[in-house]
Amino acid sequence: MDIEILSRIQFAFTVGFHFLFPPLTIGLGLNLVIMSGLWLKTRNPIYHNMGRFWTKVFGLIFAIGVATGIVMEFQFGTNWATYSRFVGDVFGSPLAIEGIYAFFLESGFLAILLFGWNKVGPKLHFFSTCMVALGAHFSAIWILVANSFMQTPAGYHLAKKVKVTADGTQHPLSANLAEGTYSVKEIPLPEDYILQQSDLDSIRAVIDNFWEMVFSPSSMDRLIHTILACWLAGTFLVISISAYYLLKKRHVPFAKASMKIALIVAAVSTALQFWSADETARGVAENQPTKLAAIEGLADSTAEAPLGVVGWVSWDKDDEGNIVGINETSIKIPALLSILVSGDFLNPIEASKVVVKGLNDLPSDEFLQARYPDASPTEIEKIRPEYWPNVPVVFQTYHIMIACGVALFAIAWLGLLLWKTGRLWTVDKKFTRWFLIVCIFSVFLPQIASQAGWFTAEMGRQPWIVYEILKTSEALSQAVRAGQVLFSLIMFTLIYILLFMVFAYTLNSKIKHGPSDDLSGGQLPEKWRSITLLEKNNENKD
Amino acid sequence: MEFDLQTFWFILVGILFTGYAMLDGFDLGVGALHLFTKTDDERRIMLNSIGPVWDGNEVWLVTGGGALFAAFPEVYATVFSGFYDAFMLLLFALIFRAVAIEFRSKQPGKLWRRGWDCGFAFGSLLSSLLIGVAMGNVVWGIPLDENHEFTGNILTLLHPYALLLGLTTVALFMMHGNIYLILKTEGELQAKLRRWVKITIPIFMILFLTVGLITPFVCPHIETAYSQRPIILTLLFTLALLSAFNIPREVYKGREFLAFLSSCGTMVALMTLFGASVYPYMVFSTPTLANSLDIYNGSSTEKTLHFMMIVALIGVPIVLTYTASVYYIFRGKVEITEESY
Repeated sequence: MDIEILSRIQFAFTVGFHFLFPPLTIGLGLNLVIMSGLWLKTRNPIYHNMGRFWTKVFGLIFAIGVATGIVMEFQFGTNWATYSRFVGDVFGSPLAIEGIYAFFLESGFLAILLFGWNKVGPKLHFFSTCMVALGAHFSAIWILVANSFMQTPAGYHLAKKVKVTADGTQHPLSANLAEGTYSVKEIPLPEDYILQQSDLDSIRAVIDNFWEMVFSPSSMDRLIHTILACWLAGTFLVISISAYYLLKKRHVPFAKASMKIALIVAAVSTALQFWSADETARGVAENQPTKLAAIEGLADSTAEAPLGVVGWVSWDKDDEGNIVGINETSIKIPALLSILVSGDFLNPIEASKVVVKGLNDLPSDEFLQARYPDASPTEIEKIRPEYWPNVPVVFQTYHIMIACGVALFAIAWLGLLLWKTGRLWTVDKKFTRWFLIVCIFSVFLPQIASQAGWFTAEMGRQPWIVYEILKTSEALSQAVRAGQVLFSLIMFTLIYILLFMVFAYTLNSKIKHGPSDDLSGGQLPEKWRSITLLEKNNENKD
Repeated sequence: MEFDLQTFWFILVGILFTGYAMLDGFDLGVGALHLFTKTDDERRIMLNSIGPVWDGNEVWLVTGGGALFAAFPEVYATVFSGFYDAFMLLLFALIFRAVAIEFRSKQPGKLWRRGWDCGFAFGSLLSSLLIGVAMGNVVWGIPLDENHEFTGNILTLLHPYALLLGLTTVALFMMHGNIYLILKTEGELQAKLRRWVKITIPIFMILFLTVGLITPFVCPHIETAYSQRPIILTLLFTLALLSAFNIPREVYKGREFLAFLSSCGTMVALMTLFGASVYPYMVFSTPTLANSLDIYNGSSTEKTLHFMMIVALIGVPIVLTYTASVYYIFRGKVEITEESY
């Protein structure tokens, strides 16, 4: 295998594995804030027991998140050095901010959360919980900002480094001039400049406006979409474990109270996710039309474009094995894609007339002609598929994500309905049992959705690493050989399997051990008990 | 030395990596010492002395990497791709170590715990060694082409000087961890740790003196630096030496906290010495010095450096405040509780 594919597999594998954990901490963080806040407000020991238990689960997940996160911080440099050089001026900043503002916040206050029960008072402990949750969310913000620059680059320009001699003449960076006779200057390039591989030793992406980069056309849509997905990941972990306890009739008061909080968060988040998903997809239609056509498997540009629900896409190849198009079969809802893309839901008839571009017109002729000025129209047609992502794969990952999202919505709202009609706790009834079993396995759905969504976003961006600027194949490390990557990939696979076993085993033993059932406040730290008593006495006096 | 943006960032990246060395240094050191004590209770106390803080300490490495990427992307790209195998090994060691910490106390079996103890210890040792070897190569110089791409291989990196610096780092972290443990323990275990100091400090001192004395003579670039700024470098070297000599004195007088501060002081002095010896270079190219990366040809644009300077000037003091607060909250001896490892 060549180094490009090995490096991509390694990055996908390590980031995919890492991405199992931060969404859980972000979602659990939100739930912990609610639980600890409720304890502070009501002083009901059950909320304290909840905080105690879910904090332990949080700590375990965070430790694995850190261990796998160091890999991510290093890997841009180790495997994608050319990319790092090219975008470092723009892309490094959000990563550094993430470190300074998010990780320290999260890890510093987590120590108090986990080990500080007997060392600090309840208010400082609650404050620490808020800081940990905030830190987790901050890290999502900055990593999404960085990633969105790769999707919809903004707030930068390309600049070429040249050597300028005393008389003002410019020489290429490679020119062999005597030391001290020149200075290196950066010359801005026109906006429509097309980057060539040979430029990469002297051309860099340079920041224009930091906030324009932060608020790039896709960043806020993608951030909201991802944060909601993270809330779902953490919340469905709570739902799953609570459902398990309910079924086993263990820690029932604890499980009920946890389930109630989580169901509310899940119901709200799944509903918001539909709105966010719609916004995000419309952004993709506008900013990355090739990606939209690929995930929907749309070959020809058309009005009244249908929306596929499930289906199958394969490559259409000519006799020599070159890709010339796609074959797509799916169950479709007529005209819905056009309506969704227009966003004008009140006038569906008008909206359905919106033309959605298909892969056979994407990227546009002008885009390709600019890159291949000597190519004839038939040659352009042949070149076009090289600029498509892996359509058969992204079509599936995208639809898997949607299916998981719909299922999560159904589970959350059905759960809410059962709770409100009093049927969620009657564990001996068949329907309730069946529903709780679904709840136990529901923890996998947000994870599958997140992974599938991430694959859609990243594979849908191909062949670009920075959309329509730099190709993935040009971004690799020059100093690294395929054998080295193969070795590290094998090692990562082995060690991550071990790590996952640790995680599953430890989580399982924490679940088996379970929360405290002491509802008289016996689990409260000693110092807190006297504070609580004192406050109660004061209240009685009033 | 002109105090410009590049210099600011050179110092800030230095502070972050010094913070990493000081903090993760003691928990890597605790790991390296782990196998020298035999009873399970003692091992648990050692493990739990770093329990609340080890993952937070690794955050310094992550942030140091992020700051290097933002401020000096060319250096980040050259070093991380050039030291590919070494950094991958470092990552495996760090992850394996984390696994061992989380896993060890989950089962009472003797073989089980012994296995993970070994994982914890060797993961810590290998991490310390690789960090030292990487630093050794930065001082020594590595072969770079005109595009600052590394042209050697892993064997290029494993020369005697780098290995010596690797061993010195191991000794430094073991001493540092030893003193941290004295601070965190009491009774019999503490008495044992006080005896160990009589070994860990001299070993470090011998290696440190060896490195300190041969570096100006065997590393051509450092030789130049010593001829350019002899006073400041000699001063820093002396400071590190004095600070290190103060450690056994404080231990002897029973002032553990001051001993730990001295150990931290030694590390700060050493890192400052390191920075002052290479400044303004960040990666020396050997043999072609002209291909080297310094703080100017390796940095981001002034715009980014300026913006990020404001970001850092707001953020870093906040980080230092609450990190210090967390350490303050967890001061005192280790107690094994329900939450412990």
